[in-house]
Amino acid sequence: MSNPAFERIQQDLSENDVVLYMKGTPMFPQCGFSAAVVQVLTALGVKFKGVDILVDPSLREGIKQFSNWPTLPQLYVKSEFVGGCDIVREMAGSGELAALFKDKGIAFNG
Amino acid sequence: MPMEASVIEQMIKEAFPDAKVIIEDLRGDGDHYSALVVSEAFTGKSRVAQHQMVYGALQGKMGGELHALALQTATPENAPDWVKG
Repeated sequence: MSNPAFERIQQDLSENDVVLYMKGTPMFPQCGFSAAVVQVLTALGVKFKGVDILVDPSLREGIKQFSNWPTLPQLYVKSEFVGGCDIVREMAGSGELAALFKDKGIAFNG
Repeated sequence: MPMEASVIEQMIKEAFPDAKVIIEDLRGDGDHYSALVVSEAFTGKSRVAQHQMVYGALQGKMGGELHALALQTATPENAPDWVKG
């Protein structure tokens, strides 16, 4: 029996090019790592949907199982898991993140 | 219950016998660490896969007892210079 949260996750991912599962909201991140990824995306001018897992405990565990990744935040681009805070920051620093957005046809101010 | 740096290092080395592991306690609270793991095992793997391998070595502690681990992985070839010396 697959996790009921998976359906909601798959819907979020199919309806939005860039989704950030995070603690808190883009306006009010509740965790330094989540805030860091919001800053990276904002600096690149990328439109994204922030999903606050603090308001939904089943989603908080569901997303970890969905991606086989034990922590938050989690960034998805075109339904593909890109990484958590470390990887997103590393990719932003090396230019790989901008290249990924370009490759996936996602608007950013690069 | 926070984790000891030595325990983290030991768990990673059990999974990656060839690994060079450098751990830093970021806040002195046993809960927020940074770790650099250098191993041949990462060769040809994506960053996400490399990190998942390390999380696997930590046997479910990541995100639970171990609240935050700023992780950097590398192969011996692309390891930062200060590690190679």
